[in-house]
Order: sequence, then structure tokens, then C-alpha cells
Amino acid sequence: MTVSTATTAPPGLGNGRPGDRRLVTALEGDRDEQIFGAAFDGGVIRRFLGFLRPYHRHLLAAIVAVLVFVLTQLAIPLIIRYAIDNALVQGATDRAFLELAVVAFLLVISVNAAANFCQLAIVGRTAEQVLFDLRQAMYAHLQRVSLSFMDQTEVGRLMARLQGDVDALQEFLESTISAIGDLVLLLGIIVVLLSLDWQLGLFTLSVVPILFVVRIVWLPHARRAFMRARQTSSVVNGALAENINGVRTVQEMNRERVNFDLFEEKAGDNLRSHLRASKFAQIMVPMVDCLTGAAMAIVIIVGGNLVLREALDLGVMVAFIFYVQRFFDPIRSLTLQHTMMQRAMVSGRRIFEVLDVPIQVRDKADALEITDTDGSIEFRNVTFGYLPGQPVLKDISFRVEPGETIALVGPTGSGKTSITALAHRFYDVWEGQVLLGGHDVRDVTQDSLGRQISMVLQEPFLFSGTVYDNIKYCKADAGHGEVEAAARVVGAHDFITALPGGYHTMLQQRGGNLSIGQRQLISFARAIVADRKILVLDEATASIDSYTEMRIQKALARLLEGRTGMVIAHRLATVRGADRIIVLQDGRIIETGTHDELMDRRGLYFRLYSMNYASFDDIPDELIREVLGAGSST
Amino acid sequence: MSTSTAASGVTPIGRSETGGDGEISIHAFRGRPKPDLAILLRIARMALRYRWRMAVAIGATIAAAIFQLLVPQFVGAAVDHAQGSLTGGGAAARAALFVAALALLGSSVMRGLFTMVHNYLGESVGQHLGYELRLLYYEKLQRLSFSFHDRVQTGDLITRGMLDIEGVRKFVDSAFLRLILLILLVGIGSYILLGNDLVLGLLALSFVPFVAWRAIVMRFKLGRSWRMLQDRLSVLTTVMSENLEGIRIVRAFVARVHEMDKFRRVSDNALALAKQRITIRMRNTSVMTYAYFCAMGLVLWVGGLKIIDGEITIGKLAEFLAFMTILQMPVRHTGMMINGIARASASGARLFEILDLEPEIRDKPGAPELEIRDGVLRFDDVRFAYQDESGQDGSGQDGSGKRDIVSGISFEVRRGRTVGIVGPPGSGKSTIAHLIPRFYDVTGGAITIDGQDIRDVTLESLRRAVGVVQQDTFMFTAPIERNVAYGDPWANRDRIAGATESAQLHDYVVSLPLGYETLVGERGISLSGGQRQRLSIARSLLPTPSVLVFDDSTAAIDAATEQRIRAALREATENRATIIISHRLSSLMHAEEILFIDGGRIVERGSHGELVAAGGRYRALYDLQTNPGGGAAAEASRRAREGAGGGLGS
Repeated sequence: MTVSTATTAPPGLGNGRPGDRRLVTALEGDRDEQIFGAAFDGGVIRRFLGFLRPYHRHLLAAIVAVLVFVLTQLAIPLIIRYAIDNALVQGATDRAFLELAVVAFLLVISVNAAANFCQLAIVGRTAEQVLFDLRQAMYAHLQRVSLSFMDQTEVGRLMARLQGDVDALQEFLESTISAIGDLVLLLGIIVVLLSLDWQLGLFTLSVVPILFVVRIVWLPHARRAFMRARQTSSVVNGALAENINGVRTVQEMNRERVNFDLFEEKAGDNLRSHLRASKFAQIMVPMVDCLTGAAMAIVIIVGGNLVLREALDLGVMVAFIFYVQRFFDPIRSLTLQHTMMQRAMVSGRRIFEVLDVPIQVRDKADALEITDTDGSIEFRNVTFGYLPGQPVLKDISFRVEPGETIALVGPTGSGKTSITALAHRFYDVWEGQVLLGGHDVRDVTQDSLGRQISMVLQEPFLFSGTVYDNIKYCKADAGHGEVEAAARVVGAHDFITALPGGYHTMLQQRGGNLSIGQRQLISFARAIVADRKILVLDEATASIDSYTEMRIQKALARLLEGRTGMVIAHRLATVRGADRIIVLQDGRIIETGTHDELMDRRGLYFRLYSMNYASFDDIPDELIREVLGAGSST
Repeated sequence: MSTSTAASGVTPIGRSETGGDGEISIHAFRGRPKPDLAILLRIARMALRYRWRMAVAIGATIAAAIFQLLVPQFVGAAVDHAQGSLTGGGAAARAALFVAALALLGSSVMRGLFTMVHNYLGESVGQHLGYELRLLYYEKLQRLSFSFHDRVQTGDLITRGMLDIEGVRKFVDSAFLRLILLILLVGIGSYILLGNDLVLGLLALSFVPFVAWRAIVMRFKLGRSWRMLQDRLSVLTTVMSENLEGIRIVRAFVARVHEMDKFRRVSDNALALAKQRITIRMRNTSVMTYAYFCAMGLVLWVGGLKIIDGEITIGKLAEFLAFMTILQMPVRHTGMMINGIARASASGARLFEILDLEPEIRDKPGAPELEIRDGVLRFDDVRFAYQDESGQDGSGQDGSGKRDIVSGISFEVRRGRTVGIVGPPGSGKSTIAHLIPRFYDVTGGAITIDGQDIRDVTLESLRRAVGVVQQDTFMFTAPIERNVAYGDPWANRDRIAGATESAQLHDYVVSLPLGYETLVGERGISLSGGQRQRLSIARSLLPTPSVLVFDDSTAAIDAATEQRIRAALREATENRATIIISHRLSSLMHAEEILFIDGGRIVERGSHGELVAAGGRYRALYDLQTNPGGGAAAEASRRAREGAGGGLGS
């Protein structure tokens, strides 16, 4: 038999895909995001100005530079006019006046160049600075927002805001000041034209309203096209990012061809929408050129006739021509400015959305700095949940004595992880109290509280850097000896020294060059180096093989000596080693006691244990119902 | 210390020189940078393949330049006519003015139209090129082997796919044609001007060599700083995304200060460079503009003198000045253009670096499809070591720096049979799994399926025949149904439900409000470790592979649930060769043959019974797992078993 050709079956077979639908729609559905809004948002602007405030001096300097720049720009045709009228006109030539004009010209352009550099450099550098500030503010804020927000928000979306949206603002910021310059230049030209000769000025400017009428018709269509283009870009980039993240699965599942077809459709949409947007953008070019030409024609005909009648100086006419030649440049840039504004407002809103996520857990003003506690933990009538009206923990009370190790067991969703999170005050309780060493966790500073507890999570997470960096992590003063000792305790020393660079081996992304078990050992060592009074293990041994687990169990036994342990247990071995076991079900404690006590009690723990469930986590609901039902009837 | 000083050909596991001060290098690979010109030429060649579009665009550019250059002549004529100096004034002068005005209007309109065509076609070529590059890039990343993806940060790849393609595209759609326009304007303009008045013409163009020189200097400096900036931004990306992904660890260790310091260090680093870039750019832009204005001043002065001497008319001077005004915008934009070029060559280098990579694992020319007859998978003295980039074809002969991850692995498994593989972490178990679908190629020995060396058949047919259920699988942002049917997108609902039922996931899925339509992945609900692994199993079942490898894929699934999965799979495994890798013996002790791996070698092999009887390491592990804790606990366990009257146990 030959290998089945399932993946290359013609589209249209199976799952009733109508032939006329696109592959993307068939396989992924329509999930475009609405990402656009108004071009001007007072709230966003105000907040944004807040970020500019520290640099108000720079900005002031920039605005002065812009004004000087514009004034010098305006002066140039005037100098030419002066030269023509005073030094060059037939019958009245004057070398001295010409030289005066040239000197004035040199002076003006020198000032112009200086102002230009100041304007560009100050604006550019300040814009970069502000963007980095914004990013840092977001990042710093994310370090403090509640974990439930972080749990619900996937990293990719946050990264899009930290990068994509910040970058989108860059263009806007850099162009804003030059747009201000353009606007001032426009006004300046109008003023100069009218004051040079108001009649000719009015005639010349009569073409401008036409541009505004055209723009009013053009704008809504163009805006839609621009939005669509941007939308398709984000779809394409999202698809690319996801495929890169899942590339191993893609190759495993032989999905390359289908994915390529899907991507091709998306990229095609992107291409078409961008071309359409480009059409809208470019249609304005001949419009502007027409109007420039028309304005110049007016200057030549009207102005020329005035000059012929000697009602106008020749120099004024020449100056008019130069002004008109430059007049529409600012208008053109201002057209672009609008789309940029619109984009910036969306990005700004998304950035401030992040900054507006409330920080729920804060230090009290008079929070205590705890340094040495006995390491006891007490929950008093704690009720807590993540969503209003849906408590995860219901009236939980228990006490862990200093040096005691308790195991928390129970099915998924029973509230084990919430208990450990509350001990660390990742969240605040709804009702009741959590006490650590006799202090309500809300009365002490979070930093000092955190220094009492170390944690090892189910999925070991390592950072880019060396093995050494990862074990030492944030304990800057940990020496090599300390790190190595910790690695020895958890039995990681041997495999670390076997790595090509030993402790200084660079880890690949998330420790990809290590097995999960090895990564977990390193995260254990990290917890040991941190050396805290209380150790929380969140199903930390799930991915370790029995050998390693046995070593870890031994190491933990040593580690837990003199420390308080809270273990979310997954494996029997862990559970049995505990001084006390707390069985949770649906947010309540249903049993506590030592292994033997619980076995004698013949409740849920006993039933699960006796049914040979090696893990208390992944238990089918029906089994729990059955066990509990049986338990209550006896 | 700079992140840009990347060594080429770094091994998969690099060494840190500094002893770890938090410095992060993103360069898992990078060859010698190619000369910028070669990259720009390559981009230009790609763009020129859009032949008619480019031809029309360039034609339109020439026309636009010509019409634009006509404007100063009409301006000059109009100025002279307004003086009445040529026509003697009166009606003739008015008529001449009218004609000049019309001509000027006409050439403005034509210039506008041609500019529109040139802009649109330029952008069109740019967009098409971007589209093409995007597809090439996507396809290349899908084809590049695991070893590549092991070395390279995903954040860096995403940056390349987004920003660098954009950089190349923008170069084509604006800088490229603008450069042509500028050259044409200067070229045709000089022809006209020099023909008009040699001295004035030379003066008017005197700034051009200076600007060109500054532009080249700037281009060089910007190119370098752009590359460095890109690299630093990539590091910033890595720092941020790691922090956010590991936020629980960060919180748990109260590492906010540490993390903020790390961020600030990298961020400040990038910011300093970004600012430096701006200063370079702006300094040059203003110097160039200044040079331009100086030339204008010279034209005014010398032209004025010539007028006074009666050599030229005021109109001529106006013409020269009007011509220079036309050049003002392009000169101001030179900075932007140069920036675009610098960015394009840096971006192009980063893109081509990837596009030029050949997947280390690919079909041999004319490779046939894998033909499954008896479904026999054989490992024949298989050896594997990670390769240096430089030693892709080294086959491990030199053996010096490379350590075998596995060696001397031989076994056979046929349809309906199961081989179990067990061993400590890092012993090479997963490597064996990865060799079968050729995620990596063996460096010694051979793997065959029905006598066909897997390196001799097409990858696609091989991977269709081999299913690997991974310990950790990727959830795509899509409904559960689509995720299960990932390997067989056109599978119907019944088959999908069948697979999830076998994987013991169906009940959970239907309990969700949206059932199979429930979104998972980044934007969807999150599944527990066990649920993910069950989904992974369901996913692998749909394409009906002939060889199925479970790579520790039940670690987070409870033993009893696993038993049920295996029972459900019994029928399915009849028809295929199965390899189960696990450190939980209950998962694999039913296998016909069990291999105990340590240090990359098979140290014990045999059936469960044989191995237990042999009393070796397998036996030790077995005792450990069936009798954890020992002593009182074991006693309790025994009592429990008796009390329950036997469970679902082994």
C-alpha cells in the first residue's frame, strides 16, 4: 500500500466546505479585528502630552527652531525679490544692493541650516526618548498589574503593543513637529502673499478651496482603504508569527502546504488592499499639481499684466512664483499627516489601555518591612475568586506551622494554585485573612513578603542567558560556590558540568537545549539559591522521571528542613512525604490529615488513592462525582 | 560586549565569554555580512523582474522629470515677458504671458499625471515584491530544519518577517524610483542649465558633488548603525517577551527590580543608538540643505552680476532659481532616501541570510515516495550528534568537538508491535523520536522503513507515514476542531470526534459551551497540561500514520486515563508500529520490547518480564515506581489496594 494522501486531498472534500469559499474562511473563519477609530482623541492626546512634559524644554526649543526655520524659509524669496527690485531691474542696477542681498541671503541660510538641524535633531531624539519612555512605562506597569490580567492576556498581544504600537507612534511623533512647521509655513506664505500684494494674493489663493472640496469627497473613501490595508497587514503578520511559533508542530503534522496556501490568501488580500490604498493616495498627486500649475498660471497672467502696467514690482511677481512653487508641499505632507494621526490615535489608545489596567495589589502606606518570620502560614475564613460571583475558594481556614510541610491535593479547579498565589499575595482575598508569620499579608510590603517565599512552578521557565545566570537569577550577590552547591543539592551538577560550557553554557530560547526534566532541576536550584523561609512547589515534579524525582524528593526533604513547605501535589510520593495533606474539592477543604489518617478515614483521598490514581489532578469529573456520591451515602 | 559581535557558526550550545552578566546574544548564526551593494543590486534585480511595470514606471519617471524641468523655462520666459523686454510690451507681451501660463499649467498637469503613474507603479512593484518575499520567507521557515529553529530566536524571525520585509519593500516603492528621479532631474537639469549658461550652470550644480559625498558617508554610517540597532531591538524583544511569559517566576522571586534593570540596560542601549542614528541623519540632512542654499546664493550673486553686466536677463536668473527650487525637495529627501537605502541593505541582508539557507534536511533529487508494505521500522547502529553549521556534511568523522547524543542504537518494530523506550532525562530518548520523521538526520548508521532509508524518500511521504505525539504541542489560535484536524484539515466531524474520543478528550470538549468550536491557542481558552497532551494524541491519530511515536506524551495524563486511551487505541495500533517513550513504566511495560537508554546507549533491552527478572536498572526503576516511599507508606499502599478490592491497576 502507498501512504495515504490525506493532506493533499482536493479542497472541497470532507467537512462540507462549499467550493466557492476561500480556504481561510473555511479553515479559520473570519476573525478580523476592529482596530480603527477616530483620527483625533482628546484623551489620548492629553495623556500623551503627559509623557512629553518632562521634555517641555526640548519641545520649546524645537518649536522655536521650527519657527526660525519657517521664517528663514519665508525670507528667501523676499531677499530674491529685494535683489531683483533694487539691484537688477533694467535701468536701476546696483552692485552694492546685490552684494547686500547676497550677504543677507548667506546670513539667512546659515540661520536656516542651524535651525533645521536643531529642529530635526531635537524632535527626532526627543521622539525616540518618549517612545522608549512609553515602552518602559508599559513594561513597568505590567510588572505590577494583577496576575489574573496577565493570565488572561497572551504575551503576543502585549508584545504587539510594546513594539508595534510604540513604533507606530514614532512616525507620528517625528512628523508632528514638521507638520506644525508645514502649517506655520502655509500660514506664513499666505500672510506674505497677501501683504506683498493683497489682490494678486487673493487671486492666487482662490485655487485653494478647490483642494478642500476635493479632499472632503476623497477622505472617507481613502480612509476606508487605508484602514483595510492596515488591517490586512496585521492579519498577515499575525499569521506569520503564529506559524513561526508553531513551526515544529507544522512540520510534524505535514501542514506546510496547507499553511502556505492559507498564508498566500492572506498575503494576497494584503497586497490587493495596499494597492487599493495606494491608488487613493496617488490620485491626490495630479490634483495638487494641477492646482499648483493653476496658481502659477494665475500669478503669471494676472501678476505679469500688473508688472507690464507697472502696477507691480517684478521682484514681487518672482517671489510669488517661488512661494506658489513651495505652497503645496506642506499641503501634501498634511494629507499624509491625517492617516498617520489616525494610526497614532489607535496605537495611543492601545498603549494607554495597557497603562490603565488597574494595579489591584498595592502596598499600604504604612506597610511593614518584614525581615524574619517564623514561616507560619494561616488562612482564616478566606473566600476568593477571579470573577465576580464565582468564588474559587470558599471560606477556607487552615494553618501551616513553621517548618511543617503540607500537601494540597484535589482535582483541577479545586483551588490549590489559588491558595499558593494568595500566600504570595498575587491577589487580594475577598473575605477573610491570609497571615504569614502572624502578619496579615496586606499589612506588609510585597517585596519583603516575596522574600519569604520561593516558588517552583509546574512548567519550568528559564531565561536567555547562562545556566549560572538562571540559577542565580535575581540574587545578584550569589557566588559561584553557592550556585554550584544548589545545583549539587538537586542533583543538577552532573549534567550541567557535562554541558559543553558547563555552568556558562548559554541556554537556548527557554532552555530548549535541555530536557524538561533538566530545566526543572535548574529551576529547583534557583529556588534553593533564593533561600526563603517558605517553599511553594506547584506540581513541580510532574515532568520529572522517577529517578530524578527520587533525587529531588531527597533534596527537598533536606531543603524543607527548617522551612515551611506548601506543595501542590501531583504524585503520590510527594503527597506521602508531607506532614499533612489537605484535600480540596470545589474550593472547600473536605479532608485534612496525614496519609495514614486519611486512609483510615476512607473518604475521597482514600478512594482516589486506592483506585491507583498516580495523580490527583487529571481526574475525570464523573469519577469524582461517583466517589463523592458514594462517600456521602456511607 | 557588543551584541553585534557575533561569531559565525556557533554551535547549538554556545559559550558565554563573560561569565554571565546578563548580556544576551541573539546571534545563534550569522555569516560574514555581504557587501551592501550586492544586496541592493539583488533587490533591484528582483524589482526589475516586474518588467512592464518597471518599464512604465521608469518611463513615467523620465516624463515627469522632463515636464517638471520645463516649468523653470516657462517661469523664466514669463518673467521676461512681464518686463516686456522681449516683446516691447503691449498685447504681444500679454499674449506671450498667456502662452507661458498655459504651457506651465499644462506641464504641471502632465508632471502630476506622470508622477502619479510613477508613484503608483513604484508602490505596486514594491508591494508585489513584498508579497513575494513574504511568501518565500514563510515557505523557507516552514522548510528549515529543527536544528535551525533550535538555534534562532523566534522573536528575531518574526522581526525579520515583519520589519525587514517592510524595509525592503519601502526601498523599492519609494527610495529606488526617487533615486532615479533625482538622478534624472539633476542629469537633464544640468544638460539644460549648462547649455544655457556654463558658469551659472556650474554654480547651480556645485552642491551636487558635495551632497553626493555626504550621502555616501551617511549611507555607510547609517547602514552600520541600522544593523546594530536592529540587533539591539531584537534583544529588547527577547527580554520583554521572556519577562512576560515568565511573569509568574518574576513575581514569585520578587525580581521586579532585577527585571527592570535588565530591561533598562537593554533599552537604554538601544535608545542611545537610536539617538545617535538620528543625529547622524539630521546633521547630514542639514549640511546637505546648507550646501544647496549656498549654491543658490552663488547663483543669485553671480547671476545678479551678470544681469548688471547685461549678459543675462532677470528671467534667466528666475529660471535658474526656479530650477533649484525644484531640487529643494529631493535634496531634503536625500536623507530619507539614504536612510531607506541603508535600511534596505541591512534588512535585505537579514532576509537573504534566511532565504539563502538550504534546509539541512531536504529531499534528495528525484527521491521517490515512501512505500509502506509491512510497516517495519529499523534502527541500524544509529548515531546522532548535533552538528556545527560549518560541518553540515561532517558526518561526525572528526568527532572532536561533537559528542554523540545517541550511538549504537539498533532495534526493529513492525506493524502491530510496540517498542518502549525508557531512561533518565537527557539520555537521548527524545532524540530517537526526532530522528524517525527526520527532524534531524542521523550522523551514523541508518533508519529504514520497509527497507527504504528514510533519507532516500521524500520528506512529505515520510512525515505522512510517521506520527509523533510530542510532550508539549503547539495550540494554534483556532477552534478545537481545527486544532485536532491540524494534520488532516479536511477530516470530517465524525473522524475528528472519533480521534478525540480515543484520546479521552471528547467528553471535555462537548462539555464546553461552544463545544468543538471553542477557540484555543493564544486568543482562546487555555487547556491544562493533560488536556493539551490528549489533544496532541487526537491530533496525531487523524492522519493515520503507519508509525506512531509517543514522545513522553502522557506525562501529564493520569495513569488511569492513559490506560483508557491505550485501550481505545488498541484497534488503531494493530495496524501500525508503535514506539512509546516514557519515564512512567506503566505506559510501556506492555511493549514487546523495552529499551533502557542511558547516556545515548541501550544499556538493557528485553520484555518487561525479562528486564524485571534481570534485576538491572530497569528493575530498580520498576521497584521505585511501584513501591515509592517504602516502609510504612508501602504498607499503607498495600492496605489501600486490599481495601479497594483492586482498582484499574496494572
